[in-house]
Amino acid sequence: MGVPANLLYTKEHEWLKQEGNVVVVGITEHAQSALGDVVYVELPDVGSSVKKDATFGTVESVKAVSDLFAPVSGKVVAINEALTSSPETVNQDPYGAAWMIKIELSNPSEINDLMAPGDYDALIAG
Amino acid sequence: MTELKRTPLYAVQAENGGKFVPFAGWEMPVQFSGLMAEHQAVRTQVGLFDVSHMGEIIIEGPQAFDAVQFLITNDVAKLSDGKALYTVMCVENGGIVDDLIVYRENTQRFFICVNASRRADDFAHMRAVCKRFDCTVTDVSDEYAQLALQGPHAAALLAELVDASVQAKVAAMEAFSWLDAPVAGLSWVRIARTGYTGEHGYELYARSSEGDALWRAIMRVGDKHGLLLCGLGCRDTLRLEMKYPLYGNDIDLEHNPLEAGLGWVVKFAKGDFVGKAALEAVKAQGVARKWVGFKMLDRGIPRHGYPIAVDGQEVGVVTSGTHSPSLGEPIGTGYVPAHLAALGSRFDVVIRNKAVLAEVVKTPFLVREK
Repeated sequence: MGVPANLLYTKEHEWLKQEGNVVVVGITEHAQSALGDVVYVELPDVGSSVKKDATFGTVESVKAVSDLFAPVSGKVVAINEALTSSPETVNQDPYGAAWMIKIELSNPSEINDLMAPGDYDALIAG
Repeated sequence: MTELKRTPLYAVQAENGGKFVPFAGWEMPVQFSGLMAEHQAVRTQVGLFDVSHMGEIIIEGPQAFDAVQFLITNDVAKLSDGKALYTVMCVENGGIVDDLIVYRENTQRFFICVNASRRADDFAHMRAVCKRFDCTVTDVSDEYAQLALQGPHAAALLAELVDASVQAKVAAMEAFSWLDAPVAGLSWVRIARTGYTGEHGYELYARSSEGDALWRAIMRVGDKHGLLLCGLGCRDTLRLEMKYPLYGNDIDLEHNPLEAGLGWVVKFAKGDFVGKAALEAVKAQGVARKWVGFKMLDRGIPRHGYPIAVDGQEVGVVTSGTHSPSLGEPIGTGYVPAHLAALGSRFDVVIRNKAVLAEVVKTPFLVREK
């Protein structure tokens, strides 16, 4: 069983779901497993800009801080406030309840640079 | 790149789900089932750690007592056979070479446990200092495996494994005492009532070739005591909740024991020791900075290396920080100017360029009865 087939992926272990001109972004099962128990998530303000491959926030486990990288450029139109009070959701439901931000695309062609599910499966297997 | 070393317990830990990372040149498990669960197990039931990467050094001979007394800041005259003490070892200028535990076997033989990351440096320092004394200094680290069994159920679990002939003796052991006994069919295990977690527990030394057997014996009786295998991840959160220093993070050659809050292991009245004159001068002048514990007043987790600032000016640094599993909130330690060390003093911890307010609190962060 591989990663969800309806999502796209990055080398930094983020997933992306496209909903028209807005994308939903989170981190993968592989990422949450590598992190261990997540205790803190820091997300950007709604309305701020994000740039492809630049950091947009951090996710912290007990022992370490990990950067979150924007898979595409655009404007942050929503953030998942629930992760502030319940960061452990990232471990429990990384593809669902633990979505992190929604970005309105400024450069839709960037979607073409993302990894297909099969390619991401190969990345984490190898 | 040099290959990582593996302890005698590598195989059994790999068989049981250990997630390995490099630490001080060793391949060690950072966790098994999960840091939070393991931490919780040590506080409420019992946890088992491989600490075989630590170093062991023996100082032996007609002047071993004088040599050890000169090497360490604490007073080895307080020890009798079968007792141990915690101390630091300093260089001439008062900087800390390592923190360590000294076990007295007899007046001419001392068994010393040192940090894995400091083993080579400690050995070189000890050999140099001990040249003037009639004694030998031997690094016996490779001869021993070491396990830590820590938690409220540790005594009950150990009782199942110790030879009947020493049951009562082991049950009666006081903190910082130790004894050699047959355990789990092995003819020799050194049982020490010491630990780095704040819980009642033991550090168990076995011969290298027998460490695996001891580990498996503990696992076999572990279920009924709620035993979890534990890694370095929770070892760090457990000790930080107790504000036990970690060499390399909180103490090092650039810090002296008085500013690190370790004045209680510096016994000026006992006679001369390496660093005494420098530390007496520090004591006379007063320390310029102090190692304090603090909690965050706004959102953010302090981490090693984050600056401590007041009004935008950097005045100190965080040396250890984490999310505390037992308290459910961030905790940290660091050095601040002496005038900012009082309980309730406030300063900013700079977390990714943002100033986040923190306050000095009483430590240990968690009060435990051992």
